Amino acid sequence: MDFMSVIEKQGVSRRDFVKFCTGVAVTLGLPVSMGERIAEAASSPKRPPVLWLSAQECTGCTETLLRTNHPTLEKLILELISLDYHETLNAGSGHQAEEARLKSMKENEGKYILVVDGSIPVKDGGIYCKIGGQTVQSILEDMGSKAAAVIAIGSCASWGGVPSADPNPTGATPAHEVLKNKGIKTPVINIPGCPPNPYNFLSTVLYFLTLKKLPELDDQGRPKFAYGRLIHENCERRPHFDAGRFANQFGDEGHRKGYCLYKLGCKGPETHANCPVILFNDIGAGAWPVGTGHPCFGCTEKGVGFTLPLHSPARPKYITPPALFDEVLPGKEGASSGIKSLATGVAGVAIGAAGAAMLTGLGKKDDEKQDKEE
Amino acid sequence: MRSVENALGLEVPLNAQYIRNLMMGAHATHDHIVHFYHLGALDWVDIVSALKADAKATAKLGQSLSSWAGNSYQAVKESQDRLKTFVGSGQLGVYGSGYWGHPAMTLPPEVNMLAAHHYLQALEQQREINKVVGILGSKTPHIQNVAVGGVANAINLDSQSTLNMERLYYIKTLIDKAGDFVKNVLLVDTAAVAAFYAGWTGHGKGVVNYLSAPDMPMDTKGTEFALPGGYIPNGDVSKFTPIKSYQDKFFRDNVKESIKHSWYDGDWDRHPFEEETEPKYTDFQDNGKYSWVKSPTFKGEPAQVGPLANVLCMYAAGHKGTQKYVHSMLDTISSLAKTKVGVGALHSTIGRIGARSIRCAVLYDTLVGQWEALVENISKGDVSTFNAPTFPSGEQMGHGFHEAPRGILSHWIVIKNGKIKNYQAVVPSTWNAGPRNSKDALGPYEAALIGTPVKDPKKPLEVLRTVHSFDPCLACAIHVVDKNNNEIVKVKAV
Repeated sequence: MDFMSVIEKQGVSRRDFVKFCTGVAVTLGLPVSMGERIAEAASSPKRPPVLWLSAQECTGCTETLLRTNHPTLEKLILELISLDYHETLNAGSGHQAEEARLKSMKENEGKYILVVDGSIPVKDGGIYCKIGGQTVQSILEDMGSKAAAVIAIGSCASWGGVPSADPNPTGATPAHEVLKNKGIKTPVINIPGCPPNPYNFLSTVLYFLTLKKLPELDDQGRPKFAYGRLIHENCERRPHFDAGRFANQFGDEGHRKGYCLYKLGCKGPETHANCPVILFNDIGAGAWPVGTGHPCFGCTEKGVGFTLPLHSPARPKYITPPALFDEVLPGKEGASSGIKSLATGVAGVAIGAAGAAMLTGLGKKDDEKQDKEE
Repeated sequence: MRSVENALGLEVPLNAQYIRNLMMGAHATHDHIVHFYHLGALDWVDIVSALKADAKATAKLGQSLSSWAGNSYQAVKESQDRLKTFVGSGQLGVYGSGYWGHPAMTLPPEVNMLAAHHYLQALEQQREINKVVGILGSKTPHIQNVAVGGVANAINLDSQSTLNMERLYYIKTLIDKAGDFVKNVLLVDTAAVAAFYAGWTGHGKGVVNYLSAPDMPMDTKGTEFALPGGYIPNGDVSKFTPIKSYQDKFFRDNVKESIKHSWYDGDWDRHPFEEETEPKYTDFQDNGKYSWVKSPTFKGEPAQVGPLANVLCMYAAGHKGTQKYVHSMLDTISSLAKTKVGVGALHSTIGRIGARSIRCAVLYDTLVGQWEALVENISKGDVSTFNAPTFPSGEQMGHGFHEAPRGILSHWIVIKNGKIKNYQAVVPSTWNAGPRNSKDALGPYEAALIGTPVKDPKKPLEVLRTVHSFDPCLACAIHVVDKNNNEIVKVKAV
């Protein structure tokens, strides 16, 4: 049922409604002609409504949107979507803000996108996070059941994140689990990261707005365009890993030559994300943790970020060493260039394995030898 | 980081100090710009009134106040058209719940329009200065380059994969750009809002014990700082006591937290090294427990923290840059308001807002100095960025502090045999938002609200103005209770 038929059922004619909107326009100090346009917009919103619910979070996921420039936050909220509720950005507070939320939910039931940041505390009846006296758990259940789709932004909303770290004192739970436990079938897209790259969120929204469908997701509900490959597979330092060239400590020679950070505990080999592909903050090359010299700690990956020690060795998920590549340029006779590179590739993998052994206190000699060869 | 370094007696290489200082300064500059324009201004600036402004007159007003190139008629017109299109769409989004036309909104349309124009320009400006944080910190928010003992950045001017000349001059360019906006727009707008709302220098005083951390260490041990900090009791700047080093017992021994009115098990006043955090939720109890926030005290009393505390402490310590910007801000307000506004006016809601912009200007000057210090040190051949920590057996205790955008932040750690035995963070908004303490003395938010005039109890915008002036780091609720008809209004301030 469309908006006009709903209000007509309430005994309000279209004429009365336009008159009401004209009144609103005048109250706002706008020309009377605006009334017709407001009426039009309210009955068929041009910009899709988005409501943003914050649970146990640090506002980092909101902050990250302040950093984007294609598109910018202002372009997003002034021209592309209608952000009807966001605790940090609402101009109004308290009752005024809550009324705006409920109004948009009512008018756009089944049509709005719900964005959730933060994990949902479910322990002790959900008392660890309340908004306006209601637990965020109950608010999410209500808002989630009436949304067209839910986007869980950040690791907290996607899989629990920091608040869920052992011993998880508040029972921090991801949004999709809370909804599933309540039998709510609204599709949920997870955009993990701490915070996630804002373009992964924006691209998901823009994908939906442009193509009117959700992007392809992996088995954890993450868009494949952002989380389809391991960090290790697109890392600019990968050739150093394959060749066995590692930094052993911050500031040492290998570190100052930009070598692989695997031995410092880089979790790139077991973390799915596109950090090395799209980088951060629109500032050019090297703008991501590994790029500046710090190992990845797996902030996007459940069971890695906020779970494993920062400097413990990664557990490589699947390595695709050069040894397995097909010959690129088939040679005419004898040992082709492809076979030569194949031999080098094998050596690289062996040294990589030696590096891994080094972290556990084994194979130190091999490693020293490798350093000398450098 | 600093608490562990303090516990281990670990020195931090100079380059690492400068890199951290640059990130802190750039982050705070972004943060202060965002707070003034995007999280606080709409309490004072009426966007709907701005639509009625004459764009030419607005541009002329802007040009009369500053040399900012972004105040052209074309630029102002573009912003106004953008807002008109937005409002005309009928979908007002997050602005739909604003207090447009509220009787406490008294700026003329052109002033509202100029502020709205700068609201949009400030979004671009805060993005730019934040890039400094991204370049050094790997990404922002949530930097990932700090390590106990220094930073993870590698310095090598002859490598393509490290901090090199290209990155250093990118940082310098961004810092210079921010300076233009801070001095020619932020300071001017703040003075204008303060002058038009000069009455608000008489509201929101609250707790006038001020506590602030010295920051931007200039040596490896944390005994010299580019920006001083300390404690001012009872608003008397002549009684200022500096915090001299990371080791200074004056700070370390005088911090305690109370949980008498907080949702934690028990009723005690404890030093952070001795504290525990055991939740015990009771819902709101008027005379019992009513907040998740603990109540910190310094020398047994509540203290206000934040840019105002920081600016007053730096002023009292004789920091020249701070004194310059304080006097120039007060002079501008006085001339616009056509009445003499002195340092005493800073103990107020407007004072907190003004101090944030003053601090932002001080930070710009400091950023320039930090960049020069880093480049000079690298030029001398020092490329060190990290001292590796070693964890001895036995027990060590340490604390670290930082003057964060919302005020002094301190972390307290007890390490036993290389493992964390206790960890407490006493954060800025805890100092300001804390409930009554064990002696039932009011915290800074609570005290500052006493005497606030409220024109419309259903829309207590004035209460928001004072709470927002502290720049809360959390969404909190304010309950306005009218004793006559028991009508309760809840206001969420974020």
